[in-house]
Amino acid sequence: MREFGYQRVLDVSGAVALLDADPDARFLGGGTNLVDLMKTGVERPARLVDVRELPLDRIESTRDGGLRIGATVTNSDLAAHPEVRRRYPALTQAVLAGASGQLRNMATVGGNLLQRTRCGYFTDVTKPCNKRVPGSGCPAIEGEHHNHAILGASEHCVATHPSDMGVALTAFDAVVSYETADGPGELPLAAFYLPVGDTPHLETALPPGALITGVTLPPAPTAANSRYRKVRERASYAFAIGSIAAALDVEDGLVRDVRLAFGAVASRPWRAREAERALAGGPATADAFAAAANAELAAARPLPHNAYKVTLMRNLVVAVLTELAEEASR
Amino acid sequence: MTTTTQATAVTGAVGTAHTRVEGRDKVTGAARYAGEIPFDELAHGWMVLSTVARGRIRSVETSAVLRMPGVLTVLHHGNAPRVDSDYVGMLGTPDPTAAVFQHERVPHMGWPVALVVAETSEQAREAAEALVVHYEEEPHDVTFSAGHPDAYQVDGFMPAVTEKGDLEAELAASALVVDAEYTTPEEHHNPMEPHAATALWDGGRLEVVDSNQGTAWVASEIANMFSLDPASVRVRSEHVGGGFGSKGLRAHQVAAVMAATGLRRPVRVVMTRRQMFSLAGYRSPTTQRIRLGARADGRLRALDHSSLSLTSTVHEFVEPSAGVARVMYDADAHHTANRVVRLDVPTPTWMRAPGEAPGSFAVEAALDELAEKCGIDPIELRVRNEPETGPVSGLPFSSRNLLACFREGARRFGWADRDPRPGLRRDGRWLLGTGTAAASFGAGAGPSTAAMTAEADGTFTVRINAADIGTGARTALTLVAADALEVAPDRVQVRIGDSDFGPAWIAGGSMGTRSWAWAVTAAAGELRERLALNTGIPPEGITVRSDTTAAIGALAQKERHSFGAQFAEVAVDPATGEVRVRRMLGIFAAGRIVNPLTARGQLVGGMIWGISMALHEEAVRDRASGGHYGADLAGYHVAAHADVPLVEADWVDDPDPDDPVGIKGIGEIGIVGAAAAIANAVWHATGVRHRHLPIRPDRVLSANSAGGSSA
Amino acid sequence: MAPAPSTYSVITLNINGEKYSLPVDHRTTLLDALREHLDLTGTKKGCDQGQCGACTLLIDGRRAVSCLQLAVAAEGREITTIEGVAEGEQLHPVQQAFLDLDGYQCGYCTPGQICSALGVIEEHAAGWPSAVTDDVRPEAGPPPLSADEIRERMSGNLCRCGAYVSIVQAVAQAAEAQTTEAEAEEAAA
Repeated sequence: MREFGYQRVLDVSGAVALLDADPDARFLGGGTNLVDLMKTGVERPARLVDVRELPLDRIESTRDGGLRIGATVTNSDLAAHPEVRRRYPALTQAVLAGASGQLRNMATVGGNLLQRTRCGYFTDVTKPCNKRVPGSGCPAIEGEHHNHAILGASEHCVATHPSDMGVALTAFDAVVSYETADGPGELPLAAFYLPVGDTPHLETALPPGALITGVTLPPAPTAANSRYRKVRERASYAFAIGSIAAALDVEDGLVRDVRLAFGAVASRPWRAREAERALAGGPATADAFAAAANAELAAARPLPHNAYKVTLMRNLVVAVLTELAEEASR
Repeated sequence: MTTTTQATAVTGAVGTAHTRVEGRDKVTGAARYAGEIPFDELAHGWMVLSTVARGRIRSVETSAVLRMPGVLTVLHHGNAPRVDSDYVGMLGTPDPTAAVFQHERVPHMGWPVALVVAETSEQAREAAEALVVHYEEEPHDVTFSAGHPDAYQVDGFMPAVTEKGDLEAELAASALVVDAEYTTPEEHHNPMEPHAATALWDGGRLEVVDSNQGTAWVASEIANMFSLDPASVRVRSEHVGGGFGSKGLRAHQVAAVMAATGLRRPVRVVMTRRQMFSLAGYRSPTTQRIRLGARADGRLRALDHSSLSLTSTVHEFVEPSAGVARVMYDADAHHTANRVVRLDVPTPTWMRAPGEAPGSFAVEAALDELAEKCGIDPIELRVRNEPETGPVSGLPFSSRNLLACFREGARRFGWADRDPRPGLRRDGRWLLGTGTAAASFGAGAGPSTAAMTAEADGTFTVRINAADIGTGARTALTLVAADALEVAPDRVQVRIGDSDFGPAWIAGGSMGTRSWAWAVTAAAGELRERLALNTGIPPEGITVRSDTTAAIGALAQKERHSFGAQFAEVAVDPATGEVRVRRMLGIFAAGRIVNPLTARGQLVGGMIWGISMALHEEAVRDRASGGHYGADLAGYHVAAHADVPLVEADWVDDPDPDDPVGIKGIGEIGIVGAAAAIANAVWHATGVRHRHLPIRPDRVLSANSAGGSSA
Repeated sequence: MAPAPSTYSVITLNINGEKYSLPVDHRTTLLDALREHLDLTGTKKGCDQGQCGACTLLIDGRRAVSCLQLAVAAEGREITTIEGVAEGEQLHPVQQAFLDLDGYQCGYCTPGQICSALGVIEEHAAGWPSAVTDDVRPEAGPPPLSADEIRERMSGNLCRCGAYVSIVQAVAQAAEAQTTEAEAEEAAA
């Protein structure tokens, strides 16, 4: 780990100004990903700007009945918040499915959205990786990829986004707010992560030096009947091999509203809009859920060792929507 | 203070639950492990490992690094002192990966190429990362497969091959045949405490504060390697944060000694978790073919077990998986063979139940398949194949209480109510199943010495070079000494983990506590004779020494083993491929149990290793680079709290008649058969045989969609 | 370009109620500051990457992994390590339960397990749900601290010896004792 400067900032404009002045600076939130990446040599910042004490640690209801979540709210506080648990239970479940209790106490909402892939080629600086060193190649495609992407990947990178929280936020149409030296801005989460293409090293649409200040959840009555299910290779404290955030509103056996997002299948939390379209207004039956999943997964391009994810995601869609349909009709 | 022995005899400490004597230190953080003992002028070493899997070091560019802040030296093959690795130590010749910086050849990824020493660990780390090493890279082969053309038979710690009878003829004559291939992946010990050593010269003696499984062993290896008088090397290892076979002589101690010698100040070298994947040893992957031929009633006519493991190009180590059936089951034709193939990888080593852990997975899963084919209960099948004497040796068993374990286990697990048909039970989204398997592990003892002092204040001090790597050895020996002296345990202080206490067996082979208890018992006998003379105790106390070499050498040749019966219930979600163990029970016949509290924990811990082996553990080697993919605890999963249900272990009465305390050893048998019991339960839940570990969700899903057994 | 920043600071850490002033390289983690500079070696380094939980301690009363916490960023916060858990000679009930029920073997993950257990008991008392809580909505009320709840909440602390069964029993026993004590105090008040 190279030597670096450290500054703690107490206001957003000061934080943004510091980063604007030094392209080798990084914001430090909970540090649970950045400090690890610094230890492995993936990140080598010259300066850390500690934003943990910025006044962005509140969760407030918006006037229209949504929620505004500050960027430095910890994962634990987000998951435990009564309004999150009441209005967006899948978000609480998603956060609680991630990492461990001690890491959730440290990690922030902003940091969670910006965390990097856990692809073992990306985190090992002795190996090639287009995301870490553009043009060096992607050894996962010929090598180890049983937990890599089946959707939206390219021949340049097949890494997945590791967030659980982001999957639920994506299902609920969250909007990211940020601040730059030139002023504030907003990005819907659906447009926040860039397509992989031939630039896997460019991950988000945030302007250079931007500081995430918060995330806004629009009101979504359907989200009250929502669920997050995560499948992984041990029962806890592991990244997903496939996950799903789903919300469902059923009336007279017909789907009135549905939200679906997948985790661990793409370079970003994957909103399953094809499946949502297939379901809208139709019957809330297992067959319809399976057909909708197939519609979404028709675009899947699995590699030799991750084709099981297609089956897994289809089964998850059916299982979770079936449970939600039962609860909706209760 | 009284200087006489006590008036009333106190016994019964052995067999009674006793909390750990060092427990308070462990729960308050006061217990100091190897990397935690402070030294003045301590310098920090950081190892640099090769980034190619095969080739030659062309140059090590030290000059820029030597100018970095705090850097004291960079050791590499061009400037390191020569060491001797051409000797035969207590457990054979040393692994050349530990004899660091002797030549420019690189035989595997993660080979130590340099040690950077600096004033602080941060400086050492940064400088080690900055060190540029140029290589001449050569093509490598790291691909392990059953059909590798370079495989060969090798003896290792047991004969490579045993053969009896005409295998093909008996198979042909068998009513029922199982012929299947089983595989287990590369597995790593991953003790929670990384390997750490601090070396320093003190008054003409080399001192190494280390984390190992035997200080006298490591001290003798260091003396051999550096051509030192053994008396001038002292190795201490008071608390050890787990070993499981990985903590012997490794690169870090040798590098620390080299640096401390050159710099004339204490140098500490600690492995990072990632470095441990290359430097700490591991269990070889195995591919095992089992052929069983049986009469219609399940009695075996033919048993063939052939196992292939790998080793490095620089050192031979055999994972002797095919040894299991030499103890467990007889057949008219009985063939077993261990083969290895040399690849461009680090050398594997002993890991908890070497041979038995992977071997029992294959044998005990194959027996379950045979039970299914015969339509016989899996326990009954084992009853019908219980041998009278050693199947290969013909020697009598010292005791063999396997069937007692199955009877007690079946009763407590509720086995009698089991419907043998697979795929019938459901709890919500989960399919449920149960499985069983047998276990065995060798029961041995190694020569040891002990010193025992009757102190003037009426207490007793035992000095023995035992290692407590979490086994509870310190506490067990306290209880053994107390009973042998007929005093209360609180009057006995046991000091361990110091090579100055003299030679003793290591914490390995499930032989530690038995070997040390023997020496302690012998010393106590002699001390009591001395005290019976009633000459009074001088201020310095009365000290006697024991040596069990002759007594152990006089043991009659027998088949000496612990046995056990494993039971598991699992839940499988066929939609997601998730497998959860719901409960486990192990009943063991493992000699006299010294401390039920710690023994239960150790047996349960072994069974949890079985859960971990069955469902989680797998180190993945990247073919292109020759190194690991995901060499850390996020990439290499071991069972976490949420994976472990209520796991129970208990035992039947089984004292070893030839041991002074009746001990057999319990360190390893807990893992044996455990993975097979789980895999057998997964079959019972789903109807699908999983012959490849770990049983990952993707394998369960792929097997479901393939509609048969897993490929 | 910004001028090269200073790469070390003199900081004051508040640990177990005591103040410690020390110069730190900004790279120094809280874990290394404790172990290598302050001789507080009870906090263990198992992986140094947030993947094992051995370095768990409490920061402002909440459990955290100290290997990913930079020391310089911990200034001004209340840090409790395993050395600060007992009251003098009197072990904390969690420590006593680990000792009595043999909730360890090698002992290396133990300080982290104990500090994590302290956090688990507090988090549960505050009504936090977990990943195995059936219904996370606040109307459902706090889940009972069952063995499954303890297992999930403690899963960030690996134990390679496999002492999980007795660790869970120890946490349950200590949590039960704490609840009983709190109820008794409430009844008395």
